[in-house]
Amino acid sequence: MAEPVLALRDVRKQFGGLVVSDNVTFSVAPGELHAIIGPNGAGKTTLINQISGVLMPDSGTILFGGRDITRLGPPERARLGLARSFQITSVLPGFSALENVALAVQARSGSSFRFFGDAAGETALNEPALAALAEVGLADRAEVPAGHLAHGEKRALELAMALVTEPKLLLLDEPMAGTGREETARLIGVLRRLKGRFAMMLVEHDMTAVFALADRISVLIYGRIMISGTPDEVREDPQVVAAYLGDELE
Amino acid sequence: MKAPSASPSAPVTSPPRSRLRSLALPALLFVALAILPLAALAASAGYVLDLFTRVMIFSVAALSVDLLIGYAALVTFGQAAFVGIGAYAVGILSSHGITDALVALPVAMTAAGLFALLTGIVCLRTKGVYFIMITLAFGQMAFFTASSLAPYGGDDGLTLADRNTLAGLALFGRPLVFYYVVLAVLIASYALCRSLVASRFGRVLRGTKENALRMTTLGFRVYRFQLVAYVIAGMLSGLAGFLLANATEFVSPAYMSWQRSGELIIMVLLGGIGTLHGAIVGAAAFLLLEEWLAGFTEHWKMIFGPLLVLVVVFVRGGLIGIAAALGRAVARRFGRG
Amino acid sequence: MSTTLLIVQILNGLQLGVLLFLIAAGLTLVFGVMDFINLAHGVQYMLGAYLAVAFYGLTGSFFAALVLALAAALVFGLLLEVLVFRHLYGRDHLDHVIATFGIILFLNSAVKLVWGAAPLSLPVPEALSGSVALAPGLLYPVWRLVIIGSGLAVALLLYVLVSRTRIGMLVRAGATNAEMVGALGVDIRRLFSLVFGFGAMLAGFAGIMIAPILSVEPGMGDTILILAFVVIVIGGIGSIRGAFVAALLIGLVDTLGRSFSVDILRLFMASSTARTVGPALASMLIYLLMAVVLYVRPTGLFPAKGR
Repeated sequence: MAEPVLALRDVRKQFGGLVVSDNVTFSVAPGELHAIIGPNGAGKTTLINQISGVLMPDSGTILFGGRDITRLGPPERARLGLARSFQITSVLPGFSALENVALAVQARSGSSFRFFGDAAGETALNEPALAALAEVGLADRAEVPAGHLAHGEKRALELAMALVTEPKLLLLDEPMAGTGREETARLIGVLRRLKGRFAMMLVEHDMTAVFALADRISVLIYGRIMISGTPDEVREDPQVVAAYLGDELE
Repeated sequence: MKAPSASPSAPVTSPPRSRLRSLALPALLFVALAILPLAALAASAGYVLDLFTRVMIFSVAALSVDLLIGYAALVTFGQAAFVGIGAYAVGILSSHGITDALVALPVAMTAAGLFALLTGIVCLRTKGVYFIMITLAFGQMAFFTASSLAPYGGDDGLTLADRNTLAGLALFGRPLVFYYVVLAVLIASYALCRSLVASRFGRVLRGTKENALRMTTLGFRVYRFQLVAYVIAGMLSGLAGFLLANATEFVSPAYMSWQRSGELIIMVLLGGIGTLHGAIVGAAAFLLLEEWLAGFTEHWKMIFGPLLVLVVVFVRGGLIGIAAALGRAVARRFGRG
Repeated sequence: MSTTLLIVQILNGLQLGVLLFLIAAGLTLVFGVMDFINLAHGVQYMLGAYLAVAFYGLTGSFFAALVLALAAALVFGLLLEVLVFRHLYGRDHLDHVIATFGIILFLNSAVKLVWGAAPLSLPVPEALSGSVALAPGLLYPVWRLVIIGSGLAVALLLYVLVSRTRIGMLVRAGATNAEMVGALGVDIRRLFSLVFGFGAMLAGFAGIMIAPILSVEPGMGDTILILAFVVIVIGGIGSIRGAFVAALLIGLVDTLGRSFSVDILRLFMASSTARTVGPALASMLIYLLMAVVLYVRPTGLFPAKGR
């Protein structure tokens, strides 16, 4: 088996007396879409924050492409190829959709300490940005200020921003949260098209999306991974059904 | 007939046209400043020339403030210190007999830039209100240091023997020539800032203003960009200080007082934050208003102070914002009629 | 430098520190609870001094003037809160800065219009004038001791208020999480007015107490305001304890630096150079201290906000 893109070993995080990550160990293989599910308060967002570098674990190690990144900050991790989308949409509202993505291109490619020349007119930035916007279905919204986009469109924009950084791993923090049925279906379509180009870690409440997309699913309860397996294995695990999935799957 | 649109609240802007329009106002400003001496000479008022030379000098300093506040969300309350450092460089060099601009100008800008670098390293580690207070404190430090420089006049300041020469030529001594030199510097500074905010570097700065955390997760080391911007703004203010010392032929700690820093912010606010040309409009508005109100009463600040409070409480977008709102109202009326 | 001189300067430093604390306490509370930067806090100190002079002129008694000026400072603070500041809570910090700057311009000018630009003075109350021998050969003005004593008393009072009373509990909670206090059903507006008025009164008190030993003049609040900023930034914004520690630290460092910098530098360099460099260095000292503290701890010594 190829070396995993991301590997967590015994990652532990406590807030006061509350253990939010309880010796979490799991990995994401290249090209794999690994979903993390679990009830509210299971520690999913805390986990994502530790992987992206916003929080530091109390103990344990995080390996990215075999390299220990446990103590690196978010910009360093982003430079290594770790991209994330946020639970609360996080685009630059005053920038146009195109400029948001072009900025992400800029982050990935070349120097940003260029003081002259109109960045808005640079084809080297705009072409990949437009291509990414087309991929997520936002080609005709390129000039719209991101703050004016509909909720689902902002989600798609975040995906486009992650895309152009050509990540090795994309962390998706509840991309379907707050989107309508149609938008969800569209986002699932976009993610399915992107699958295989890079590894993804998906944290999501929407079970339709999770079971439609995931290669592997880990169930996180009270900060602890209860089971890891294929969607079928997870679906049929009696413990999971009892503890969490229950009637959500009908 | 209506065009079908998914989201009517989202107007699709066309950048080329708006960019042209955004350059129209500054161009108009510069043309007005360029022909002003002709009008002033006709009225034989050297006073007007002096006043507008001062307006343009403070415009350069206000530009640097707008660069930081308007494009990088760094509310600097110590910018006058850099102006003062630039001015003191001219004064101190001149007191040692070095009076050529070819030396004084680079020294003024380097000294201001160096002070910006050293203080910026500390200031930029902090955020928000801490940043405001710390820039304020460092500005005050520069003020008191200048006041205690006994060999260079201390509290009383330092009178220059003469204006700087330029490569040995006493060009600055002629008011009209000096006026156009200052205008050229202002246009160059404006062009520099305009180019800066549109560049890759400027885009990153503007991005940190929108959402600094997001920029970090995109992989930008925000601190470095802010520090570079802070140093550039410091040097620009140092440049303004160089001009100010030459204009007044006098250097004083008062140039660095925190009230001066506050006035620079007010200029930017009056003109409209984050527009660059607003800094010029604001500097003109502030200094002309000061001149005009002071003509009525020596207690003009009793009028100006409450005016500021009213502007903050009720008006957004500065004078340019007010003008734009009025323009829209007029256009609507004519459009209907 | 003799021991006597050192002790005297330490006492002077304490006196400056206590004064700074009186001003910084209100500033840091207002910021901590309302997230509001009040540049006009310095003019409230100036106003305290002027009011004391005015009421002394009317009554001829320092203590009557003290009480009346305190009451007037409180009323004035509340008035400002209702007229201006209330409309600016929750707005950008830049708006706070500009609006309160406008108030400074107005008040500095208004004071000049009413009382003139020339410095005024207030006599030290008869019973507390003169000096007292702290040790053989060590005379120290009584009034300065009174300032130190009353400042420490106010610090103690604040400590009890903040840590032992219900209002203090709300203030502390507000400094950590203002939304939560609102959610508790507390009348936030009244709490804000109260904190604000109290802060204004403390600044006014500092102005009244210093009036007998400093000339009362327009703009006297501007310099002290920046020092108070340095204090609350070093102490950690929103923290009374931080303000107290930092105020004493700044008071001592500044006073001792100014008194002894030339003497100390003379050990390392020619005395003429020391006489030039010393004062410049002394005036930079507290800002350098601030820079070092903030470089190591960007949110100050005792950060109150749990971010």
